[in-house]
Amino acid sequence: MITKPLLIQGGRIIDPSQGIDEIGNLIISEGKILGLGSGQVSLPDSDYDVLNAEGLIVCPGFIDLHCHLRQPGFEEKETISSGSRAAARGGFTTICCMPNTNPPLDSQATIDYVKSVAASEGVVRVLPVGCISRGGKGKELAEMGELAQAGAIAFSDDGQPLRSSRLMRQAMEYSLAFGLPVIDHCEDTALSENGQMNEGIIATRLGLCGIPAAAEESIVARDLALAELTGARLHIAHTTTEGSVELIRRAREKGIRVTAEVTPHHLTLTEEKVLGYDTNAKVSPPLRTKRDIEALIYGLKEGVIDIIATDHAPHTGNDKLSEFALAPFGISGLETALGSLMSLVHAGELTLAMLIAKLTCGPAKIIGTGYGKLGSLEVEAPAEVTIFDPNREWLVDTSDFASKGKNTPLNGEKLKGKVMAAIYQGKLVYKDEGLIIK
Amino acid sequence: MREVKQKDELAPEVKPEILATTSVWQRRHILDLDDFAPAEIELVLETTDAMKEVLSRPIKKVPALRGKTVITLFYESSTRTRSSFELAAKNLSADVISLSAQASSVVKGESLVDTLATLEALGADIVVMRHSHSGAPYITARYMRASMVNAGDGWHAHPTQALLDLYTIREHKGSIRGLKVVIIGDIKHSRVARSNIWGLTAMGAEVSVCCPFTLLPAGLDVVQHHFPKVHIEPEIESALCGADVVMTLRLQQERQQSGLLPSIREYVKLYQLTEARLAKAKADAIVLHPGPVNEDIEISLAVAQGPQSVINEQITNGVAVRMALLYLLAGGSR
Repeated sequence: MITKPLLIQGGRIIDPSQGIDEIGNLIISEGKILGLGSGQVSLPDSDYDVLNAEGLIVCPGFIDLHCHLRQPGFEEKETISSGSRAAARGGFTTICCMPNTNPPLDSQATIDYVKSVAASEGVVRVLPVGCISRGGKGKELAEMGELAQAGAIAFSDDGQPLRSSRLMRQAMEYSLAFGLPVIDHCEDTALSENGQMNEGIIATRLGLCGIPAAAEESIVARDLALAELTGARLHIAHTTTEGSVELIRRAREKGIRVTAEVTPHHLTLTEEKVLGYDTNAKVSPPLRTKRDIEALIYGLKEGVIDIIATDHAPHTGNDKLSEFALAPFGISGLETALGSLMSLVHAGELTLAMLIAKLTCGPAKIIGTGYGKLGSLEVEAPAEVTIFDPNREWLVDTSDFASKGKNTPLNGEKLKGKVMAAIYQGKLVYKDEGLIIK
Repeated sequence: MREVKQKDELAPEVKPEILATTSVWQRRHILDLDDFAPAEIELVLETTDAMKEVLSRPIKKVPALRGKTVITLFYESSTRTRSSFELAAKNLSADVISLSAQASSVVKGESLVDTLATLEALGADIVVMRHSHSGAPYITARYMRASMVNAGDGWHAHPTQALLDLYTIREHKGSIRGLKVVIIGDIKHSRVARSNIWGLTAMGAEVSVCCPFTLLPAGLDVVQHHFPKVHIEPEIESALCGADVVMTLRLQQERQQSGLLPSIREYVKLYQLTEARLAKAKADAIVLHPGPVNEDIEISLAVAQGPQSVINEQITNGVAVRMALLYLLAGGSR
């Protein structure tokens, strides 16, 4: 099927990769960016569609470096198909899925499986992350070289921290040959054992076992020391505490090769969401405090935190319908990411350009150039575009989610900022009903 | 005998002035005291007075809950709380069913919410539940038409215990306002301590907690609005100084095993309520313990059985308080 060229007309084009922020037109053709700008843009000779983007933001398709698609093994929670549709609705055109599936993504065969299912059933680009350890069990290294050749974009045992400092050192050293980052879920499980939420007065009130900030920070500190020792690329998943931001800041000042991410929920929600024992607010690492949020936002602004990633962690309704301590950790986040994050823009905490950078060229830089020019609207780059209305208010209704995971503490809440369309390789993979194309 | 019984059944169940104030009571569930207004606590205590009067009669039975079904569902073993609830329900003429369940509801097949739905389908009007996980009654109450009474959930809350403690204190002290109350022991893992802190502070008492820092829950030292203000007194003798009420908590042996205490021996040495230490409190101070007592661990036998101990009164008052709560939940005079 040949899709007609598309003229996206009159939107505010923001592309931090090129420093562009202007009202103008964007033309895509044959799956690529053909041109953009506020002045005269040469239109294709052939017939083309027109999308009126007046009042809307037009930016590179978002990239999520951290999500869980649950396939293979946990298809009742999510599949590559449903997860990639959820991504499109959230404005994400590239998503990186974590390897804690069953079987885990610790071999060429499982990486190939994910890629082939994604190619046939997915609607956006799915890039797998491979395991650090065999089976994700934290005992011995997975065949990282083979994983890299198969197309893993990073290594992680996410879901579980890598407890053994020695294995982490070895993984970092071994990764050097492939230039791929090692992503750690930083948690000292001896300190977080039985923990259900952030340690503090809310946990005290609810009688729930707390997870102290130090459980994260002690492993962040360990990993930074190992990154310094080995010279490897380290990426800190879901940073949540003021202390972690401070540790990463100091490491960057020393020149350690570290990047870091933060999730929309850790940027916008506090531990108070757990009051009433809402298992949908149970997430690992746990929601923290207002003070942590301020430090995380500051970390984003000064560049200590490079990117925003969703850590989309879908679960079934039944999984979450249980005693708080028995419910699994995780928030379904792909479809609420932009709406949540826009609250920071509306509150003046982040600029639009900064927010978009953290969702586009930021993660693209970590993934590298193996998949073409991602996170950019440069001419000839793949036509991957997200169009959103920064001011449109909408009610979160999980029954509308494309994701099988309805587990979000935001259900029923009003968000301001909505994805109107997502274009992947020139194809419209999501369009809001209100958007008109002629 | 027959005549006496007739008369008792026809006798007014509670004093008329209580009936007039039941509009204060709007609750369907009793989950914790964290949202109880002082007037509600006062109503429970006054209703308990009326129930104590019932318990003093030769036939301790009134028909208030006749035709109602009370189910006790215990996921943790308990002797006194369970029998206290069951006696309370029987004294009010309810039909009582007693269920014990596997502590781990991870057992696939029937979730907690399903279990409660089953009990409702069986016709339960009031479910009294004890559960080892904090918040379990909150999860189920969301889906229930019947009333849920929390008989203890994890470390979180034990509201009926706190109310019987308040009642016992009020019996001895007249009023709770302005009293200095010291709670000694494993505060971190204690639902009794948490519910008492809510109830006592709501009624105007000053609460101090005394324990090793490993047994102190996080955040109590920070000014905040999520939990009542308490004083932290790690040293037992200064904590006891001038106290009107001393509450000791049961020490679970597993706290030592999990490394929170170097030894039970040292805990005894530093935190046991002894006669010598109790002498630091006011001469008329009373001593409470939620039971069961580890004699000569958290409290010396001499104190537990001494003249200042009200431990047995707590047990007796427990039945009356639970009668009052079941009565109020069942709709008072309705």
